[in-house]
Amino acid sequence: MSSTPAVVVDVVYLARLREAFGRAGERLELPYGVRTVGELRTLLAARGPAWSAELAPGRAVRVAVNHSLAESSDPLAAGDEVAFFPPVTGG
Amino acid sequence: MAARVQEEDFDLAQEIADLRAGDPSIGAVVAFVGTVRDLNDAAPVVAMTLEHYPGMTDKALAQIETEARARWALAGVRIVHRVGELRPPDQIVLVAVASAHRGDAFAACEFIMDYLKTRAPFWKKEHTPTGARWVDARDCDDRAARRWDARAEPE
Repeated sequence: MSSTPAVVVDVVYLARLREAFGRAGERLELPYGVRTVGELRTLLAARGPAWSAELAPGRAVRVAVNHSLAESSDPLAAGDEVAFFPPVTGG
Repeated sequence: MAARVQEEDFDLAQEIADLRAGDPSIGAVVAFVGTVRDLNDAAPVVAMTLEHYPGMTDKALAQIETEARARWALAGVRIVHRVGELRPPDQIVLVAVASAHRGDAFAACEFIMDYLKTRAPFWKKEHTPTGARWVDARDCDDRAARRWDARAEPE
């Protein structure tokens, strides 16, 4: 009875990414080996053409964890809200 | 915290009156108003959709205001950013800063706009006669924001 508890996060997609992926967000259980922002991005990029095109390593994508800008190496924990979006263009 | 996100328009005179109200120590108010242009990247802009990330916006704007207050002596800060459908020549954003002397207000207003344009989670989608397109972030906005980082570093 020592199984590791599941790490479930809420993923949010905004602006161009929401349109490209056809969804505003999803609840995701992170598989083994996916525990950072960068690892989640890599996981999502493997989903298909739209995902790999938008999330390829060279693309400018911003990530916020719990509403603060995050780095690729930042860890993810159960209950986090992880948002992926293009560089901002307000103002 | 004096930042608001709203669909409706704002009244510049009323916002400045509110900002100044009850504080006779204020000697300077600087306000920037961003508006919808009818031309961008050589294409006519018919309309624009402004979207934001509601959970993050308040936090990002509050942080920008906090950083401005740490750098300059400010009596008041007011940020209003509109979202939704806008058309030329609608108002998009207001940054108004009040201080005892003009130097602080001028600098802080520009700082807040530079940071807002690179850190606050808003996105513009332009509607042109040939279709809709998401506006790309501009390198010059990043450079404008980085100027302030350089000033914070020791000589």
